[in-house]
Amino acid sequence: MTSAIGAGVLATATAMRWEFGGNLHEQLVEAIYADATRIAQRAVTRPDQKPRFDLDRTIDRVVTSRLWGFPIMLLALSVVLWLTVIGSNIPSDLLFTVLIDTIYPFLKQIAVNVGVAWWIEGILIDGVYLATAWVVSVMLPPMAIFFPLFTLLEDFGYLPRVAFNLDRAFKVAGAHGKQSLSMAMGFGCNAAGVISTAIIDSPREKLIAIITNNFALCNGRWPTQIVLATIFVGALVPSYLAGAAVALVVMGTAVLGVLLTLLVSWALSRSVLKGEVSTFSLELPPYRPPRILQTLYTSVIDRTLKVLWRALIFAAPAGAVIWLISNLTIGGTPIAVHTIDFLNPFGLLLGLNGVILVAYIVAIPANEIVIPTILMLTVLVTGITGVGEGAGVMFELNSEAATGAILRAGGWTLLTAISTMIFVLIHNPCSTTIFTTYKVTGSKRWTTVTALLPLFMGFAVTFGVAQIWRLVEGW
Amino acid sequence: MTIRDLPSSGCVDCPVHLAGNLLKLGVDMKDWDFVVALAGNPNTGKSTVFNALTGLRQHTGNWPGKTVARAEGGYEFGDKRYKLIDLPGTYSLLSTTQDEEIARDFLLFGRPDVTVVVVDANRLERNLNLALQVMEVTDRVVICLNLMDEARRHGLQVDDRRLARDLGVPVVPTSARYGEGLDELVGAIEEVATGQAVCKPHRIEYLSGALKAAVRQLAAEVEARFPGLPNARWVALRLLDGDARMRNVVQSGELGELARQVDIVGDPA
Repeated sequence: MTSAIGAGVLATATAMRWEFGGNLHEQLVEAIYADATRIAQRAVTRPDQKPRFDLDRTIDRVVTSRLWGFPIMLLALSVVLWLTVIGSNIPSDLLFTVLIDTIYPFLKQIAVNVGVAWWIEGILIDGVYLATAWVVSVMLPPMAIFFPLFTLLEDFGYLPRVAFNLDRAFKVAGAHGKQSLSMAMGFGCNAAGVISTAIIDSPREKLIAIITNNFALCNGRWPTQIVLATIFVGALVPSYLAGAAVALVVMGTAVLGVLLTLLVSWALSRSVLKGEVSTFSLELPPYRPPRILQTLYTSVIDRTLKVLWRALIFAAPAGAVIWLISNLTIGGTPIAVHTIDFLNPFGLLLGLNGVILVAYIVAIPANEIVIPTILMLTVLVTGITGVGEGAGVMFELNSEAATGAILRAGGWTLLTAISTMIFVLIHNPCSTTIFTTYKVTGSKRWTTVTALLPLFMGFAVTFGVAQIWRLVEGW
Repeated sequence: MTIRDLPSSGCVDCPVHLAGNLLKLGVDMKDWDFVVALAGNPNTGKSTVFNALTGLRQHTGNWPGKTVARAEGGYEFGDKRYKLIDLPGTYSLLSTTQDEEIARDFLLFGRPDVTVVVVDANRLERNLNLALQVMEVTDRVVICLNLMDEARRHGLQVDDRRLARDLGVPVVPTSARYGEGLDELVGAIEEVATGQAVCKPHRIEYLSGALKAAVRQLAAEVEARFPGLPNARWVALRLLDGDARMRNVVQSGELGELARQVDIVGDPA
């Protein structure tokens, strides 16, 4: 009779509760506070004189002010992005020279000397090696600069201020203010962002935060945006302005992501996820001098290498797939060309093209390798000679100008670049995030919504932008 | 003296200071001798302490609430293996958010051998509020007086010895971000775990006479019903407060399991 074990105790407790009435909880809390205060006062000696001004409070007054809060946020983000763009050029060129100009021909030479079958050489060296080398040289430098800078801001204590500034906007959108924190985590990694929604208690608001986390530009997508903007936007302005222009455009994309987060939260909270907004109090932690070396270490280990490793794991098989679809032919034409031709009309409708869509299909497991895949496929269909060694070979390019030239030869315009950037921002979350969403929500239905809603929004927005662009261009 | 400075030369021979004694085990926790829980207010550096002791890299960040579920890791010190549990930060154990439930259930039913309460030396009053509640749940507590570097920066002097006397449990000043005081912390945990140091934790005073009597009577009844229960007074307080979760475990007799577990530990034969 387990149910009867504590019955007597409970009866006594209930009777006593009637005696004390409703203020028992307050009495208890007050007793604890009184003790805590007394003990703390005995132990702590405060400085005789209050410092004339409190640095933390002064900083907070500025960075969370109505007037300066948002400009400072945008400025901080632009500076971080600008440093990333400016700083990645040199190491990027260096990596190209080593990995692709030097090691790649060397490997080819070895293959020839050893007498490896052409298709093995193709899959391994032209496919797997070049794809991974590409990922390293394109992705590593921006990551190695961006992540430590971002982590320094986090360590310093700036993220809660960002959350504080955005809190009001989220309330207006019918979402929980803490969603600004899970979104801030999403700027690092969407899967981490989805996990961090556990800080939101209300299931309704938690779902909104999970579904919209995708719109926070993540680790895997920052470098793609930076590279795309560098190639297309950077080329439009004089070189001394390029860094600033690229930073502005990438920041604009990130801000668009925040606006979409708010917009979709608003739409969800007024339709399928109706309900009251809960309030919460956010404690602004003290500013702490960032530990530079430790931050460098952890951001390199936790963020840079983790993301790079993930990209490499997915890039290696993708490289093989790209080589195969470029070299296996049906009726004398490679499979890749068939697929690209098939998807091209649809792609053009969205301001994209067939190559980009195929690249997306090949890169479904990891968005990080979209750009290398696009470049490889572009060379294939445009049949540019003298750049690559043959069909499906990722070519050697040691400057962004050359990359731009290839893409323009493949029919890319500024619209294509902008559409791609928008699509990269909006389209579905990566496989890890989708899996995490399933684990967190335990619901197939909401996981499907999380995966498909952004995809259709991506199609819709790029379609709209392309139509308007062409309309304006046509005048 | 209020803040412990660098160890004097005499300390160097002390086993506590032999850094080689500490073996970070990461998540490699097959069997362990002691379970240590890390509790504390949000953003006081629990995860930093956790990482420093286990060698793991739980994401730390300067904002409250980033540890959302409990993280586990381990370390070895003086031939003993310790399993360390990083609990989500909470301000109190009295309300019903998800974070608090995780922390509270673990302290009550996970039955840690030692609970380290990480408190922010700069916000001692508010942090002690939680520490006092934890000390109602379990006797074996070590206070990790963290963020001493910030306290120094703000000119605060915190008398850790007086605090230890008032609270009746060991108090170790640390700056976990810079690795200061962690050797002493590991030593204090060992002392409490092995019973070398006996805690006589402070009990909440200032209860009104009637309430005090009620708590005493109900605690006696709880103890009679569940002999060997280590924290009957806390159970009584929670029942008086109308805690639904506590009512359930009393009703179902789950609380008895807790008492039995303690019995087994108390009497290994």
